[in-house]
Amino acid sequence: MREGTLDSDGPVEALPDEFSQRADPDPEGGRIWRWFNRLLDAKSLTLILIVVVVGYLAITPLAYLIHGTFVDDGALSMDSFRRAYEFSGIWEMVYNSLAYAIGSALLAFVIGTSLAYVAIRTNVRFKSLLVATALVPLIIPGLLYAIAWIMLSSERIGFINQVSNFFIDRPIVNIYSLWGMIWVEGTHVAPLVFLFMAAAFRSMDPSLEESALVCGASRWTMLRKVTIPLVRPAFTGAILLVAVKAIEGFEIPALIGLPTRIYVFTSRIYFEVQNFDLGAAGALSINLMLISVIGVFALAKLRGNARDYATVTGKGFRPQTIDLGRAKGPIAAVVLFWFILTAVLPFLVLLYTSFLPYYQKFTFEAFGKFSWDNYANLFDNRIFWASVRNSLVLSFGSATIIMVMVGIAAWLVVRGRMRGRNMVDQLTFLPMVVPGLVMGVALSFVYLRNPLPIQVYGTIWILMIAYTTRFMPYGMRYAVPSLTQISPELEESAHVSGATWWQINRRILIPLMIPGLMAGWIYIVITSIRELSSSLLLYSPGNEVLAILIWIYNDKGELTTVSAIGVLLVLTLILIVTVAYKLGGRIGLQTD
Amino acid sequence: MLVIENLVKIFEGEKARRSRQDGGDGESRKTKEIRAVDDVSFEVKEREMFTLLGPSGCGKTTTLRSIAGLERPDSGEIRVSDRVLFSMGKGRKVHMPTNQRQLGMVFQSYAIWPHMKVFDNVAFPLQVVPRKSRASKEVIRERVMAILETMELTEMATRQATKLSGGQQQRLALARAMVTEPELILLDEPLSNLDAKLRESLRFELKRFQRELGITSVYVTHDQVEALALSSRIAVMKDGKIMQVGRPRDIYEKPANQFVAEFIGTSNFISGTASNREGEFLLVDTDAGQLRVTVETSLPVGAPIILAVRPEGISMSAEAPTGTEPNEWSGEVITRSFLGDSVDHIVRVGEHELRVRAPSAVSIAPGTAVALRVDPANLSVIPG
Repeated sequence: MREGTLDSDGPVEALPDEFSQRADPDPEGGRIWRWFNRLLDAKSLTLILIVVVVGYLAITPLAYLIHGTFVDDGALSMDSFRRAYEFSGIWEMVYNSLAYAIGSALLAFVIGTSLAYVAIRTNVRFKSLLVATALVPLIIPGLLYAIAWIMLSSERIGFINQVSNFFIDRPIVNIYSLWGMIWVEGTHVAPLVFLFMAAAFRSMDPSLEESALVCGASRWTMLRKVTIPLVRPAFTGAILLVAVKAIEGFEIPALIGLPTRIYVFTSRIYFEVQNFDLGAAGALSINLMLISVIGVFALAKLRGNARDYATVTGKGFRPQTIDLGRAKGPIAAVVLFWFILTAVLPFLVLLYTSFLPYYQKFTFEAFGKFSWDNYANLFDNRIFWASVRNSLVLSFGSATIIMVMVGIAAWLVVRGRMRGRNMVDQLTFLPMVVPGLVMGVALSFVYLRNPLPIQVYGTIWILMIAYTTRFMPYGMRYAVPSLTQISPELEESAHVSGATWWQINRRILIPLMIPGLMAGWIYIVITSIRELSSSLLLYSPGNEVLAILIWIYNDKGELTTVSAIGVLLVLTLILIVTVAYKLGGRIGLQTD
Repeated sequence: MLVIENLVKIFEGEKARRSRQDGGDGESRKTKEIRAVDDVSFEVKEREMFTLLGPSGCGKTTTLRSIAGLERPDSGEIRVSDRVLFSMGKGRKVHMPTNQRQLGMVFQSYAIWPHMKVFDNVAFPLQVVPRKSRASKEVIRERVMAILETMELTEMATRQATKLSGGQQQRLALARAMVTEPELILLDEPLSNLDAKLRESLRFELKRFQRELGITSVYVTHDQVEALALSSRIAVMKDGKIMQVGRPRDIYEKPANQFVAEFIGTSNFISGTASNREGEFLLVDTDAGQLRVTVETSLPVGAPIILAVRPEGISMSAEAPTGTEPNEWSGEVITRSFLGDSVDHIVRVGEHELRVRAPSAVSIAPGTAVALRVDPANLSVIPG
């Protein structure tokens, strides 16, 4: 028997906790005191603090954006909208945006889905290459991918046009066009579709297809009547996902579209910001956000419905693969070609350029001029080291802040019993609907007026706030499942064993959540280390990050320096992704 | 030792759905307010294994979780020895936090912490004791090893807890619940996760531990066989209320009402009215003729009653009925099904269809006329 049985009438001295509140010492008096007391204990303070921080991060940008756009000199006004839309190219911009989003989504969808089907359901060769290619968007950021494609296919000196000039005496591609933008975006996000659809094909019960065959259907009929209808929700999901990503994307339209004045929403917003018309930028941002809100909500709804679909059981099936027969050789060639085109060539062109003294056509003589000078110059460059430091501080810092924050927020949402916990859930997801560039505009609105006691505009802390806000939803995506998969009985049994709330957290919950939180942490590090779109509007000279440095040097036309930084960044990302995989992370399978 | 008085736990409609097990059935979902535990009182004596038995949604798990402090009842009182764990509406307000109740609990899923070794799982309850009364590392080590020895898990001590087999996990959960030597151990369907064979062997093992270690425990299950085999006493629950409390044999042989008779084993029911007494027997008029019943209490003539008889309480022969013996029916076999150690026959007697269990050597083809006899002692009377 344990020592110290408790007095039968006495109030029980305890840390108040979620499972059971403190014993009421006397029912009548001291209600306010008790309420106050509960408010002050460490647990409640932590939870309240998290709700306040999450709420602040999620709501202020939107509130200030709306205020700054609609209110002019203290009066409600639609002037910003008038200024934003009063240019002759307005319809062209809307058309470009839609064509760009839909075109790249369809391209990515066709490529990604066929490759996924081939990889999962057939006995194709080079399967591992396909999986490796799927990691390209993680390893080569959009900014570098676009620069690489410009180098590969600009009209005069692009490598691809050099080849075509040699054979047919004229260039075959012009990257500076709507088609060029669609191609670059489409091929860059195709791996996302690949992962999305591969998961759908993998989780489909093969007996559904087999029973069609047993019923006498041909393979083609089976594909048409069973396979495709079954994965249709995934189809729609994949298309929506990449279309939303494209319409929110900034790097590619800016790098490829701006030089030839092919505007889409995001590049137009950037244009307005550069003309110091934040109001007009806000007006465009609100419209862009509305479009992406529709997309994100449609996607969320679709996901909800998809759960009802019996195909996605989460069980790992080992579907019987289809023998490609005579098509095996050609399809393997296509796979190989795809890998070279989207993974090898872009990296090689960066690598090649990074060794050149000045940017030039591809020639064999150029190899003779190869040197490490660009790298050597970089290592002597103080701004480069400052950017590396800033990027590391920001990505590690924001990842850590986010995972701690969403770890607690997830507990509130999943385990907490307090009212309004669904609101916390929605708050953490709110930044999901805000495109990066819009977040930049919105945060400019906030911190030019600065509601905080300390000045953050003009320091790297504004970038920390931007990253933390933007990537909070991703963190939540990792934290919630890592908590829901922990059975409540594991906590309850610790509680019955005599553990307090803190002991349960320290000894049971946190150790069990760590793998999931680590995976989220690494994902956020990878995503934030190359963040450009909101940084571009918020950085100040002296506070550059790597992506900004690439942007600036690219603007100055110093492509050899850009390439050197790019190569280093890609190698770093390869290292991080490899380590993550070694640690058993589930990084690549996160589809957004 | 454990005293529960007038315990009431009400779930709002929304919450009832969330509550893990009880109140989750379709019917209760419609109602706004569910009295998951409705004025439940019972007492568990020292060294007793007391079982709460009932179908899902009957409030047994909620009662157990209320004892543990994982649910907060609306009113009533829970005491263990001289400690008040919970009291509301009885002149004092006490709700002792779960972690101070000093109980042991074995969960349905065992709730073994997968990130800890076997040793650490068992040591945990000793390690979280407030610092001033915490035992030293060596003492903790000794106590953990001692309980692992009892549970025959000594070799597993340094193993990862998830690497254990189902039976070993169950013993580990038990070891963890008992390492602090609590006055009372709560067991929430600890055998329901195991396959039938293992369940049976662990049932005996559990009973052995219970006997040898002299533990007082409250056991929750929906499995009547388990309850009958393990318990010192059983409380059968339905819709948050206790239907009957008694020793297993009493519950089985003298069910207090139709629900208990139906829930525990299978029963045939014959309705009738009480008639005169004839010596030690009570005569009961039924539509299957007059029957003799052994019953101590006297009932007024004409009182409606229900007679219950177990399938194995009826004997059957293929000979024609003598017509002279009391409690004899003639009937016709409709179907039979082979159960391995016995054969169940459905026999039509007038309007009734009775289930009759015969030893496996006796198997009578459908369509055969049979004579059924019931010993008056096998008929139990349930007030109608």
